[in-house]
Amino acid sequence: MNYRRDKRKKVRDRVQITLVAVAATMIIVLNATTAVWAKSDFMIKPGPAAQEELQEALILVEPGQTIELSAGIFVLTDGLSLDVDNVTIKGQGMKESILSFKGQKGGSEGLLVTSDQVVLRDFAVEDTKGDAIKSKGVDGIAMINLRTEWTGGPKPTNGSYGLYPVQSTNVFIYGCVAIGASDAGIYVGQSEQIIVRDSRGEFNVAGLEIENSFYADVFNNVMTRNTGGLLVFDLPNLPKQGGHNVRFFDNKSFDNDTENFAPEGNIVGIVPRGTGMIIMANENVEVFNNEFYGNDTMNIAVASYVDDFEDDNYQPTPKKIHIHHNVFGKSGLDPDSGEFGTIIRETLGIPVPDIVWDGVLPLMSYFFLGQDDTESLAIHDNTHLEGVRPFGNANLIMQVLLPFLHKPKFDMTDYQKSYPPLPPVEVTIRGNPAMALVD
Amino acid sequence: MRVSLLVFGMCCWVFWSAGAVNNNLLMANKPATKLSDYGLFEDSAARIPSAGLVRYELNNPLFTDYAQKIRYLYVPPASGAAIYQEQAVLDFPVGSVLIKTFAYPKTFEEPTKDVRFIETRLLVRKISGWKAYPYIWNEDQSEAILKVAGGRMQIPIIWREGRAGKIDYLIPNMNQCKGCHTNGNKEFTPIGPKVRNLNRLSHDGTLNQITMLQKAGYLREGPNDLTKIPKTPDPFDVSSGSLFERARAYLDGNCAHCHSPGHPADTSGLYLNYEEEREIHWGVDKPPVAAGRGAGGLSVDIEPGSPEQSILLYRMDSIDPGVMMPELGRSTIHKEGVELIRDFIQSLD
Repeated sequence: MNYRRDKRKKVRDRVQITLVAVAATMIIVLNATTAVWAKSDFMIKPGPAAQEELQEALILVEPGQTIELSAGIFVLTDGLSLDVDNVTIKGQGMKESILSFKGQKGGSEGLLVTSDQVVLRDFAVEDTKGDAIKSKGVDGIAMINLRTEWTGGPKPTNGSYGLYPVQSTNVFIYGCVAIGASDAGIYVGQSEQIIVRDSRGEFNVAGLEIENSFYADVFNNVMTRNTGGLLVFDLPNLPKQGGHNVRFFDNKSFDNDTENFAPEGNIVGIVPRGTGMIIMANENVEVFNNEFYGNDTMNIAVASYVDDFEDDNYQPTPKKIHIHHNVFGKSGLDPDSGEFGTIIRETLGIPVPDIVWDGVLPLMSYFFLGQDDTESLAIHDNTHLEGVRPFGNANLIMQVLLPFLHKPKFDMTDYQKSYPPLPPVEVTIRGNPAMALVD
Repeated sequence: MRVSLLVFGMCCWVFWSAGAVNNNLLMANKPATKLSDYGLFEDSAARIPSAGLVRYELNNPLFTDYAQKIRYLYVPPASGAAIYQEQAVLDFPVGSVLIKTFAYPKTFEEPTKDVRFIETRLLVRKISGWKAYPYIWNEDQSEAILKVAGGRMQIPIIWREGRAGKIDYLIPNMNQCKGCHTNGNKEFTPIGPKVRNLNRLSHDGTLNQITMLQKAGYLREGPNDLTKIPKTPDPFDVSSGSLFERARAYLDGNCAHCHSPGHPADTSGLYLNYEEEREIHWGVDKPPVAAGRGAGGLSVDIEPGSPEQSILLYRMDSIDPGVMMPELGRSTIHKEGVELIRDFIQSLD
């Protein structure tokens, strides 16, 4: 009996010791793990396994978790994708953590996000075969301090878009840099509730473009050395169209002088080298407190959709475009020799006026009624250089129909009026105003 | 305790190896690590289907680098049947599994000999919805192992004319699966098994697949008269429809999982689903939206009468990842598909 009890006790003791030891080890391991993983749930390093590790993390990550990219160049062969809500992907900085897709074999973008409330920050995506970073159909996407770049300079073989949220709601782009896109460096399409601020676009065909979108604030951005700096477009035959309520303010769009290198067949192919801004077929666009200078063809163009279309719901004419308190410097001295640039040069002369309107209206309005006063351009309180015409109506309908009767118009008295300011846009991500992610 | 577990395990093993499908394992939250664990096949090499698996084919399958595809449907006995519906993907009940094995023969000179399995994909209908699990076959073809993160494989191949080549085969990761298998509500969904795609003679040539599924108890209701059931033509069987119909069937099978309203590529406004009737939306004179260099310097998706001026054909006839369509699942050009679409565009006016 005694012996047995002893033995049992011994066993019990041993078990206890073992348990204590195991527990201690676990605590140590846990502590160590906590120390390493304190901030991130996944830490991915560059190396031959990076493609698989990163993609696996993007699949296994749970809502609320963070995937961290260490510093270095990640050599990737296939597009990455994230489909888990409320995840953060964080690098060590846009110059430090680089996802390089130079050898990409598949996937049309570098990183595709299809889940809501995702925050991407502090890394770069380089040399993708298609678009660099895309979000599709999400609510809440933050792109903070990211860089997208095609490192071989402007080339038609570069991918289309750098930062590319599409069909998304609550889009926040802050402190990003986009270089070398063969369409638009920063492109927000078919989306609503959008803020794009404090970002930079260089050597893209379009530096920054808002297309078929509603409620966007675009401010504090710098667009330079692109073909065109700022674009706001609306196109027909898309699931979301009728772009409206877009504000551009406190931006600088200057020295845009890169030849248009868009692959042929793309709508941005029309942008003349050296355009500060194009507003095409939108309603309620307010452009104020911006600086435009050094743009070879012109500072601002307001235009109708240029191609034929079959779409009864589409509105090709820009309406309620309000341009005020901008500062215009030397521009329009060397218009592009392409179709659009040539027509501007031929109809309006050099230097090209700071604000150019194509003068295109539905024919009924053009010949009989004129554009309704409550919809026509409003222009006031802008600063222009001496000797430069502030405004020119290229009157392109007449130029096409009856060229011998064509005359441009420089009188802007009809347009010296104002519209009420558009309200600021609010973007909510993870329940807070998006700026909470930065401050 | 340990002994009893072992006995239990052995019982299970004996039970499963008798060819019964492990429904509980299929319904579990976590996928099995080995394909054979599910008991979907009687042998671990997955050559002999277990009772309850029905082999089927589609009229207009997706082209994936000339891979052979072996498809089975399984519906658990107690789950009931899918209800016949004319347009949508059949709504198979909870517990159902679609099994698709991708395979290559050693040489296409003898396509039925020495067929090597590459990957078996399961689409499992769980209570929470459809889930996709790719299983990759090992070198000696004895087992397939779950691989969540996907990857690439080099597959040596000998083409029909005797030329040696290799295929840069992509095993999609779960997100890539979802990239195509998503419906308008962002839910995971099968793509192929619609009545009109299934309406054809069964693999063994004995009866129509719709009848076969009805007999198996996997499909109920719907017209008794087979001629009343819609049928997608086989794109490469000239007797099955006009050039126009066959081309649209091909585009439906190869493009519409993304290019249709509510699906991943609807941002382009190009809708290639069989039902789309608006010419501009199925590509006629439609300018690209965000194609970039994928446009190839061309200005519209389909220029009637001019295949070489049509972006649609240009992107099918490319293997550059920044140009080619579909984006995933192929590293070679589908020559027959390209020819079909070339003839189709040529025929339009």
